[in-house]
Amino acid sequence: MFRIINQVFQVTRFSLASLPQRKGSSLSAMVGIAGVVVVMVGVLSIAQGIMATMKSSAGEANVIVMRSGADTEMTSGLGGDEARLVTEAPGIARQDGQPVASRELFVIINLPMRSTGTDANVPVRGVEPQAALVREGFRLVDGRMFTAGLNEVIVGVGARQEFSGAETGSTLAVGSEQWPVVGVFEAGGGLSESEVWVDAPVLQDAFRRGNSFQSVHATLERPEAFQDFKDALTSDPRMNVKVQTEAEYYEGQSRLIYQLVTGLGTLIALIMGLGAIFGALNTMYTAVASRTREIATLRALGFRSGPVIASVLSESLLLALLGGIIGAALAWLAFDGFRAATLNFSSFSSMTFAFEVNTPLLVQGIVFALFIGFFGGLFPAIRAARTPVAHALREL
Amino acid sequence: MSETAMASTQTTEPRPGNELLVDVRGVDKVFTRGSETVHVLGGLDLQIPKGEFLALMGPSGSGKSTLLNLVGGLDRPTEGSVTVGGQRIDKLSDRKLAGWRARHVGLVFQFYNLMPVLSARKNVELPLLLTKLSGKERRKRAELALEIVGLSHRLNHYPRQLSGGEQQRTGIARAIVTDPTLLLCDEPTGDLDRKSGDEILDLLQALNTEQGKTIIMVTHDQRAADRATRTLHLDKGRLSSEPQA
Amino acid sequence: MKYLSLILGNLRRHKLRTALTLLSIIVAFLLFGYLAAIRSAFLAGIDVAGEDRLITRNKVSLINLMPMAHQAEINRVEGVDFATHNTWFGGIYQEPSNFFAQIVVVPEQYLELYPELELSDEDRQRWLETRTGVMIGKVLAERFDWKIGDKIPIMNPLWALKGGDRNWTFDVAAIYDAREQGIDTSQMFIRFDYFDEARQWGQGQVGWYVVRVDEPDRAGEIAAAIDAVFANSPDETKTEPEGAWYQGFANQVGNIGFIITAIVSAVFFTILLVAGNTMAYSVRERIGELAVLKAVGFTDGAVLGLVLGEALVITAIGGLIGLGLAWLLVAAGDPTNGAMPVFFISVRDLLLGGVLILALAFIAGIFPARTAQRLQVADALRR
Ligand SMILES: Nc1ncnc2c1ncn2[C@@H]1O[C@H](COP(=O)(O)OP(=O)(O)O)[C@@H](O)[C@H]1O
Ligand SMILES: [Mg+2]
Repeated sequence: MFRIINQVFQVTRFSLASLPQRKGSSLSAMVGIAGVVVVMVGVLSIAQGIMATMKSSAGEANVIVMRSGADTEMTSGLGGDEARLVTEAPGIARQDGQPVASRELFVIINLPMRSTGTDANVPVRGVEPQAALVREGFRLVDGRMFTAGLNEVIVGVGARQEFSGAETGSTLAVGSEQWPVVGVFEAGGGLSESEVWVDAPVLQDAFRRGNSFQSVHATLERPEAFQDFKDALTSDPRMNVKVQTEAEYYEGQSRLIYQLVTGLGTLIALIMGLGAIFGALNTMYTAVASRTREIATLRALGFRSGPVIASVLSESLLLALLGGIIGAALAWLAFDGFRAATLNFSSFSSMTFAFEVNTPLLVQGIVFALFIGFFGGLFPAIRAARTPVAHALREL
Repeated sequence: MSETAMASTQTTEPRPGNELLVDVRGVDKVFTRGSETVHVLGGLDLQIPKGEFLALMGPSGSGKSTLLNLVGGLDRPTEGSVTVGGQRIDKLSDRKLAGWRARHVGLVFQFYNLMPVLSARKNVELPLLLTKLSGKERRKRAELALEIVGLSHRLNHYPRQLSGGEQQRTGIARAIVTDPTLLLCDEPTGDLDRKSGDEILDLLQALNTEQGKTIIMVTHDQRAADRATRTLHLDKGRLSSEPQA
Repeated sequence: MKYLSLILGNLRRHKLRTALTLLSIIVAFLLFGYLAAIRSAFLAGIDVAGEDRLITRNKVSLINLMPMAHQAEINRVEGVDFATHNTWFGGIYQEPSNFFAQIVVVPEQYLELYPELELSDEDRQRWLETRTGVMIGKVLAERFDWKIGDKIPIMNPLWALKGGDRNWTFDVAAIYDAREQGIDTSQMFIRFDYFDEARQWGQGQVGWYVVRVDEPDRAGEIAAAIDAVFANSPDETKTEPEGAWYQGFANQVGNIGFIITAIVSAVFFTILLVAGNTMAYSVRERIGELAVLKAVGFTDGAVLGLVLGEALVITAIGGLIGLGLAWLLVAAGDPTNGAMPVFFISVRDLLLGGVLILALAFIAGIFPARTAQRLQVADALRR
């Protein structure tokens, strides 16, 4: 056993030692594999980023209440009294005697994007002061909170980056009015960071919504209280509402775009991977061909086929590993934390998110590279070991 | 060792009394290339006693290398048997055959076939990797082998830094480092000038007489063949002690 | 081409290597074609936007409705041929993931403004005669296997029927096709007269206007004139060319064009490297033979041409097969089952593919070809 390993080790050493002489083809295989990994990790990091945004939008004990039948806040509607009843339901956490719940409106306005200058559908949320308590990680990073009753707004950090005029000291054009931006907030990387916030009554006036709302966001005392909370509301004859945990809600919101990006990303990566396997096969066949005599000599001297296969395979795995690591590193450097905006198809409004290159994704990229390396090396390795020695010795 | 003295020992028959090392019986070798078949060897017999230095001559394409490959276990006959040291090697599996080669034969090639990425010493050590020897022991033996071929001063040179003669001597060192009973040399001087060729032949001859190695050497050169204890001619698939007219 | 047999012979020499190079080129062009289709899906509408059509929407945002009365006022603006209004219906068929666009229109006016929709006279007549009738696109009809006369239940979280019921039912009255590539045939059109009467609230309110102008060259000017009419009214408008409107959506989705160009470049660079390297290798391997060719009288130029020709033959075969496969794959339908309403490879992209074939062949072949061209016969034969 030990001798076999030793043989493998030794033969591999020769093949690696001769790598520099095959610089061109080895490099091209490596770069090719790196390219595949960059693209794969890059595309999938978009999906991860969207997923992460949706996940961090959802507080553990948070719930969202909309009109029954509505699948997004956009299409929901709750009367003012109905919404107030919701905030008074049992199970909602309290702070200073007040329920940690916010009745909210959700509309979109058009603002030009910084990147292209063309209009985007910017989500505007009318909130009650408690909204800041409901959102985990809410923190003003610039300026101050809006004043109740005034048409002042605060903007999320994502919105600030994407839309012209979304910064403290500037104003946003809402219809014929100009609303001053007085602050910028973070919300733990969640979807709120793409939004513009304003006092709910102000938005009700501006959009002629009377005293109606679209949703109630609330924090429960404990996550386990959800079922009781939901039962209490759905059995209440005074209202007709749909109760979801925020996790459920945002999962549903992102499903379509997540599937789209992941599906396309995987498809592209697979096709590219196939191309890379052909490339690697070519490289390794060439490598084996250029070493025909060397390999035949080793076998004539008494080396078995096993170590020969192992050496060719490990060469191709090594190239793939290097390519994979380079690709993963490049993808990480280029994409991790890169902020972008896209259209959230379910609410028809802009959402900003950061590409997320996380460890599982990096591992996935490198494993994919090794997979390419394995298949790229296997057949050439078998051929190297199968060619009759006497025949191979004649070749050169 | 004068040439005349050597020449006088030449016989065409195996020296009687010596135990047989190589016994080739009724060997046919047929190559098929697509639809074409080439009969290279037909019903060939060859017996080589231990300690013999056999020169194998014959026109190009007559099957000398083929025969050498059969004896060295690099290839298998289509028909017949090849026995070396009492072992039927034509019946061994590829795996067993590889191990057998490592232990019992040393191969010397016309174009040396050294690993370009290894130094002379590492090249010679190569076959020892297949043994249980420690690194230190391997190193010692490789150096000894290189000393025998007169290359002690070239241990750390790479093949491209060596002359053709030196490369071939490295090849011979690699062939003898495992101390095999049988040395198979396919045109070992074919690619060398006269002087280097003579040095190689001196070396082979010394290995034969001093260390008792059994040697089969394919050559085109009558002067080289004269160094052997016996010369056989291969033509049209048959062996004879005289060249055919 | 008298050297063709020589070129083909050389390609046949290492069948496996040729096959692998061919396969990687096929993959590259397959991906190119496929991504081109995805790109056109995301940029849907821009290419087929009518040059003479403008879109007028509420200035605050698309979701804010506008009075129907705007129509008459827009029609009065100088340079406007006529305007019609559309409204987003936004219903759900069975479940949200079955998403497709439903738009409320005035049938005669809409069909007049969008002559690129192909509709049989029979269907047209049937739609005009059926108040609850809808016109659906061919792709949509195929997706849910809907036929003329089918009843389609749609739940609408946005619009309720009088009395509060949110479950609407429509009859398939017409199925339209597209007269040219790139036109969305995954939509459903609902009659405004029925919708306006049946909805619980919002009577007389519509989503946006499509405006046809007499002279496309003056579109910008006319758009400004329309917006000026409603300036300082409670319902200010924003008017822009139809192309810009679609472009706006595409920009919001993200810079898909850029991402796809980046991927395609990465793929091509990779394939180039691998294919180029293989070709260089096969030339190096044959230096002796090339020298013999020169020795027997081939000119330097001929040898250059021979090697380049080899590169061209292999890229052309691989590229054409790849594009062909992409075509078949795209024709088989969009991979997201409905999320991409138009999905096709445009003629422009096919031509671009052709140019890429030539470019790839040239770049991959030129270095080995130059080596072969510069070869000194005496030197090479000695090797
Ligand atoms: N692997 C093979 N396949 C087909 N023909 C072969 C093969 N090996 C050798 N031959 C043929 O066998 C004959 C003898 O070859 P070889 O033993 O190399 O000759 P020599 O060494 O005497 O010059 C030649 O005609 C050669 O073409
Ligand atoms: Mg020979």
